[in-house]
Amino acid sequence: MTDLAHIRNFSIVAHIDHGKSTLADRLIQLTGTVAERDMKAQMLDSMDIERERGITIKANTVRIEYPAKDGQTYILNLIDTPGHVDFAYEVSRSMQAVEGSLLVVDASQGVEAQTLANVYQAIDADHEIVPVLNKIDLPAADVQRVSEQIEDVIGIDASDAVQISAKTGLGIPEVLEAIVARLPAPKGDRDAPLKAMLVDSWYDSYLGVVVMIRVIDGVIRKGDQVKMMQTGAKYGIDKLAVLKPQMVDIKELGPGEIGILTASIKQVRDTKVGDTITHEKKPCAKPLPGFAPSVPVVFCGLFPVDSNDFEDLRDAIEKLALNDASFTYEMETSAALGFGFRCGFLGLLHLEVIRDRIEREYDIDLITTAPSVIYDVFMRDGSKIKLHNPADMPDMSLVDHIEEPRIKATILVPDEYLGDILKLCQDRRGVQLDLTYAGSRAMVVYDLPLNEVVFDFYDRLKSVTKGYASFDYQMIGYAADALVKMSILVNDEPVDALSMMVHRDRAETRGRAMVEKLKELIPRHMFKIPIQAAIGGRVIARETLSAMRKDVTAKCYGGDASRKRKLLDKQKAGKKKMRQFGKVEIPQEAFINALKMDG
Amino acid sequence: MDERPGFGLYVHWPFCQAKCPYCDFNSHVASKIDHSAWVSAYVDEIRRLGAETEGRVLDSVFFGGGTPSLMAPETVDAILTQARSVWRPSNSMEITLEANPTSVEAGKFRAFRDAGVNRVSVGLQALNDPDLKALGRLHSAEEGRRAFGVARDTFERVSFDLIYARQNQSMEAWRSELDEALALAADHVSLYQLTVEPGTVFAERFARGGLRGLPDEDVSADMYALTQDMTEAAGLIGYETSNHAAPGAESRHNLIYWQNGDWAGVGPGAHGRLSVNGVRYATEAPKAPGAWLNAVREGAGQEVRTRLTDLEVLEERVMMGLRLRRGIAVEALDGRPDKVNYINGLSESRLLEIENGRLRLTDAGRPLLNAVLRELLA
Repeated sequence: MTDLAHIRNFSIVAHIDHGKSTLADRLIQLTGTVAERDMKAQMLDSMDIERERGITIKANTVRIEYPAKDGQTYILNLIDTPGHVDFAYEVSRSMQAVEGSLLVVDASQGVEAQTLANVYQAIDADHEIVPVLNKIDLPAADVQRVSEQIEDVIGIDASDAVQISAKTGLGIPEVLEAIVARLPAPKGDRDAPLKAMLVDSWYDSYLGVVVMIRVIDGVIRKGDQVKMMQTGAKYGIDKLAVLKPQMVDIKELGPGEIGILTASIKQVRDTKVGDTITHEKKPCAKPLPGFAPSVPVVFCGLFPVDSNDFEDLRDAIEKLALNDASFTYEMETSAALGFGFRCGFLGLLHLEVIRDRIEREYDIDLITTAPSVIYDVFMRDGSKIKLHNPADMPDMSLVDHIEEPRIKATILVPDEYLGDILKLCQDRRGVQLDLTYAGSRAMVVYDLPLNEVVFDFYDRLKSVTKGYASFDYQMIGYAADALVKMSILVNDEPVDALSMMVHRDRAETRGRAMVEKLKELIPRHMFKIPIQAAIGGRVIARETLSAMRKDVTAKCYGGDASRKRKLLDKQKAGKKKMRQFGKVEIPQEAFINALKMDG
Repeated sequence: MDERPGFGLYVHWPFCQAKCPYCDFNSHVASKIDHSAWVSAYVDEIRRLGAETEGRVLDSVFFGGGTPSLMAPETVDAILTQARSVWRPSNSMEITLEANPTSVEAGKFRAFRDAGVNRVSVGLQALNDPDLKALGRLHSAEEGRRAFGVARDTFERVSFDLIYARQNQSMEAWRSELDEALALAADHVSLYQLTVEPGTVFAERFARGGLRGLPDEDVSADMYALTQDMTEAAGLIGYETSNHAAPGAESRHNLIYWQNGDWAGVGPGAHGRLSVNGVRYATEAPKAPGAWLNAVREGAGQEVRTRLTDLEVLEERVMMGLRLRRGIAVEALDGRPDKVNYINGLSESRLLEIENGRLRLTDAGRPLLNAVLRELLA
């Protein structure tokens, strides 16, 4: 156990790509926490998907021992938090477990929307904040300008910001010294009854459920009988360890310390992040306030391409849900797609991550249906329906009105792209709340319907600003609007997986774009295929896919027979990748690509 | 046309002067060829295969490649002499040789005829110089016309190949080129739409975004239809997807393939189909010229021989047979009643029809053969 004065707990706040993970790697490396030969780039991002996308999804922690210039050795606990808006809830609760933050800003880029969103969470958590300017070795770095921006936009003093290059290692010792000198030591009472915060939990295939804790008061030891104060569940501590970042067993954890425990907990769902852990026999008087549970806001259907994979899909989804309490699912049947699951996610990135994991780790080809939000449908008889799936939309004549979730979106964008951003937000039914300038960048705040954002808003934002805009959002509630269900008919058959809720004024544009896109995405068949968008019985857009006209091998002689036969066998296998609707085969990519709008 | 497909011999000569960028056939460029080694290998192979197919009547021999017109006429003569000695030649045996239309090769036509060749198929490919160049051909249009003239004067039967639906080829350009071609033709032409085959230089170029200006599906469909109309008006019926002939002038050898007959395949990469005691085998020789020579030198077992299942035999029969305008006898589908539903579905879309006991593609269905096969055989 370490005395409080020699502990510093902190997190790193940064926009994606500003160098958060690289800085974490450097801190780990410089203090010899991980031997040089075991070092992998992005040490803390343990999933393949995290490394590939350069993002952090789950909070990770590492305990670093640092001999400071004052001759004392300090324990530094870094909680590496996710940078993406979808996982904002993880950030906020991790922040509660530490006392300070390093605010990392790319000196060549400046403050971005995610920097803002995360730094405000750090400020809300009463953190001491040390600004760190990264990438100062780049020719485009402008320390002066970015420091001013930090002061103007965020309102914290950047005059003594630490200037570093995480890539080259420049300035890393200064960062370590700043952590010791400028971040506060935790407070706590070693002799008080145990009070520990459940910071996070995850499933490990060897250990079962692993719980990350931060001790506030008292001491926790291996073998202790503990109680979770919110759920009331009781457990014996099987294992107590710290992460360096590999697990190292430890006898006890005292106030201010961060570590992990296992206690024969069956599933992640049995643990509640923010819960208070105390001793069963001698509990603390008052639990911690706890956190609001994170709730899914984006829904879509996941269906196996090959219906024989349904049971495997169920298995994969159940396993992933064990480890991710914010991912919800229930069985769904679609006339077009057969059996699958309606799943709920924290946002689009979360959706993509889960989908990628199912496809890769479980080797199941999936069809993903149009993402949807939860609509409140108010019926004429006074009842209210929570609509997760446009296919379940009741008859419009029975509906009084529909409300949809709205968000407050904050976008930071260089001047020259402001016009494009305003147009994009306006096109997506946005209401401008604020527009301010910080240097040559504009900060735009919009009230937007979530359903206009869930699909491709972020992609559009990136493409109209050549990647220079950044974006973050928070949910602000529900509001009524003139929404209708748009159905898509292929060869006169409705394809339920393509139906969607749209604003009445935008239905025609949207419907036209959808049918035009589908015309390109569905291959020609031996007959012509009408593709229509309709609201109720009224067709609002129509395209006709012409019949296939030519597909024949020009030369086919004796030697070609075997080759041709093999080709046919391949095509037989390829046929499974298509879903048959009546007689029309719709390729799997069409379901997602049809929704992408170019304008 | 005779329903009995007969029995043929295919001889593969694997060498070319240069590889054409669109060609995916088994062809090689060699600086030096030991002709005597090749003669003895072909002769040995024919003897071996002849022993297995004793008593069969030989209806056709086809020299393909590669560029078989680069063969020494003595090689052709030795092969034909051996073939006549192991099989009984039919009265009207067809002996075809594929020829390149250069002046050098035209100079050998008489010697080929003396060896027994009675039909040549000349690879004209295009009738204008820029397009010949784009196709990687070494001869000029004028040289081609002249060589074909020599062929007409030398052989009983002649045909030529053209490739159309080329880069930047307009409908009008093809119409006038085909007009010229039909004036030049005797009683048989092969007209192939350019397709980008995997493994070729064109495929590579195409993948890199090159080879622009190929006609789209609609234009190539229109070109195909125009080709059918014009050849038919000239009395050359489209008896197969890409082959047109006056009645009776069809390629006997190729009909063996399309009617699922038996043939022995000799030479590097040559395929064959042999029925022995009611079992049908697919044979395939080693592809590389050196490997094939060695294999033959080492004796038997030089080819991969696969026993075809009943389903595979049926698939080939349908796949090859539907290329013919006359289609296939419905009895050929016996034993697969499950296919009848498909056929009914396809007849609804007017791509297939059954007439006088034969299943065949309609005029609308002929350019859609691959799509029909996917439905029929998948």
